[in-house]
Parts: sequence; structure tokens; C-alpha cells
Amino acid sequence: MRLLWLLAARDLRQAWASAGLWLPVAFLLLVASLYPFAVGPDAALLGRTGGGMLWIAALLASLLPVDRLVAPDRDSGVLDQIALRGIGEEMVVIARLAAHWLGFGPPLMLATLPAATLLKLDGATIMQLEIGLLIGTPALAALGLLVATLTAGLRSSGALAGLLALPLAVPLLIFGAGTLGDGSGAALKFLGAASLLMVAITPFAGGAAIRAGRE
Amino acid sequence: MSGAALRLHGLACLRGGRMLFRDVDLSLTAGGGALLTGPNGVGKSSLLRVIAGLLPAFAGTVERTGGIALTDERLALDADLPLRPALDFWARLDRADGQAVAAALDAMALTALAEVPVRMLSTGQRKRAMLARVIASGAAIWLLDEPGNGLDTASTALLGAAVATHLAAGGIVVAASHQPLPIDAPVLIVLGDYQAEPA
Repeated sequence: MRLLWLLAARDLRQAWASAGLWLPVAFLLLVASLYPFAVGPDAALLGRTGGGMLWIAALLASLLPVDRLVAPDRDSGVLDQIALRGIGEEMVVIARLAAHWLGFGPPLMLATLPAATLLKLDGATIMQLEIGLLIGTPALAALGLLVATLTAGLRSSGALAGLLALPLAVPLLIFGAGTLGDGSGAALKFLGAASLLMVAITPFAGGAAIRAGRE
Repeated sequence: MSGAALRLHGLACLRGGRMLFRDVDLSLTAGGGALLTGPNGVGKSSLLRVIAGLLPAFAGTVERTGGIALTDERLALDADLPLRPALDFWARLDRADGQAVAAALDAMALTALAEVPVRMLSTGQRKRAMLARVIASGAAIWLLDEPGNGLDTASTALLGAAVATHLAAGGIVVAASHQPLPIDAPVLIVLGDYQAEPA
């Protein structure tokens, strides 16, 4: 537990120092402020489509920090030095996932409030959106991290990261955006299941990817 | 640190479809040092990474008793932090006491640079910072990959002194270098002799 805290605290500090925390937030706000210019100021249309648009923005925002999540530590030898101390790669990925979500999920949820206002969403929809994001952002963070471990040793990993992540992100998008118009709560349960699955496999798949990428 | 031991039996390394070396045997006990030499590309760094457990051995076994510390060409210190906090991260992972980092900085004559950001350090200072990371780790087995690169005469003497102190305390040092090092190493491994076919 102490180990997990030490690793996660370093990862969080790195994210803070690199100012990478603001990138997804700025992206979301940018999309929310551009969208009304593109579709016109019709409040009813914005209210109907805005929630889904914000889900797309959140998903794409999760790809932005991919290149700084794993590759710098791999290249500077930090991951090797951690392995020398007998700490498993799975532990590294768990700590990184916790730190990454803390730096990604809550800021995104906060940024959703002004973004939702820009899109004229009503209070109930905003509430649905925030609950969905609370459940969905851990999966988006896990997906970004997983793709980062897979592409860490490759050149021009950014384009490949998108190709790898988007198919896996489709269920999250369907169930996430599905929660907005869904009174039964079924979409929310599916979103929770997809999110749980994503978070559960990431430490193992990511750990294996780090090990396999070692040369 | 007593009881440290390192044994290699018939170690072979295959990389990129090429057998770099094979049948490397080595047995070191507390206070033992070994120097790996050989031309570039002969597999010195690979052997150290196999010993460290970062690369799988193609054949043979590695038995380690004691913790491992490794320096290679990569610094593994957070570039935006001052030197002292950057080293403190590893010391906390190693559960080393607060004095370990101070003593290591002192041994590498880096105390005056403790508050300087890592990214501002020169090549030789970076190399000394890496060595300070190894010293502070308190690990019994030191694997040093080209530790003398970029060091001036005075720093090379510091390196020699640090290695001598470590060996006297019952540690083990395996250093790879293509240049002479001030390391009192009774075991000399010329890695070129272990190639599968004559180069």
C-alpha cells in the first residue's frame, strides 16, 4: 500500500508538473464552445445532441495524454529501475491508473459543468452526464493507459494509439451516451460493467506489455 | 550486506537472432568484483541486463543473493526535480534512511548541487548522480555499465573510492567498460572470448 502510494504520488506530481492535466479540460471546453457555432444556436437541438457530443469529447480527450503516460519513464529507465527493486509491472500500472484517473476524471467532470451550460443542457441531463462520467472516466483512463503501454516503444505512437483505442472505446461511448435518454438505468449498468472490465484487465495487459517491450 | 553472492552458470544471450555470448560462468561472493571488457557490441550491456533480470537468458542460470542496483546510459531521475528530491524518491522506494542519500551525494561530491534541477546537470554530473543513486540504494550487487564515461580524473577517483568502499563492506560489483577503470577487480571477463563463432 505504501509502495502504491509512493508510485502514484510521483505519477500525479509528474502529471501536474508537465501541465498535462489541463489538456483534456481545455479540449472539452473547446469542443463545447465550437459545437454551437457548427450546428447553430437552436437551443432544442443543442440540448438534444449536446450530451452525446460531450461524451465524444471526453473519449477523444482521453487519448491526448497517451504519449506522456508511459513512454518517458520507459525511455529514461525509470520502469527498469522499479523492476530491479522487485516491484511488479502490474503494481506500476495500478498506481499509474489511480494517478491518471485522479488527474483526468475529476477535472473532466468539473469542466463538463461549464461545457453543459454552453450547450444549454438541462439540469437532469447534466446530472445523468456527471454520473455517467463518474462511472465511465475510470475506463477511459484505463484505456488510455493500456494503449500507452502497448505503444510505448514505437515511433509515431499517437496515430496508432487512436486506432487501437477507438474500437475498444465504442462500447463505452454507446452505453455512456445511452444513459442520457434512458430512464430504466440499464445503460448505466452496462456502462458500469464495461468500465469494470476495462479497469480490471488494464493492470495485467499493461504489465505484460511493459515486460514484452523491454529490450 | 554479508552473504551477498552472484553465480552465473553457462549463461547465453540471444538478441535479434544473433548469439552474443555463451557459456559465461562467474562466481562472486561478498567483496568480489568483476570487470567485463570487450569491443562495442560484444554484449556487455546485455550481460548486465540478463544478470539484473531485465532480459531473459537464452540458456543458463543466474543466482543472486542480495539486492540489485544498475546504472546504464539512462539517468532514471525526474528531470524537473532538484537532484536531492529526485534521489529521495528512489531512497523511499528502497526504504533507505535519510542519511543514505546525503552520504551518497557526499561520496560523489554532489552535495553542492543537491538543489540544482536534474536537467541542468552536465554529462559528468549526471553520471555521478546515477552512481549516487546506486550508492544510496544500499543494494548488495552493483551492476555498472560504462561507469567511467564522461567522468573527469577527479570523479573517476571518486568512483574508484566508492567501489572500494562497497567491496570492503561485503558488496559485489560487476562493471562493464571498454576503458580502464580504477576498480580493483580480481575477475576479468573478456566477453569476446565467449562468442559463439569467431568475430
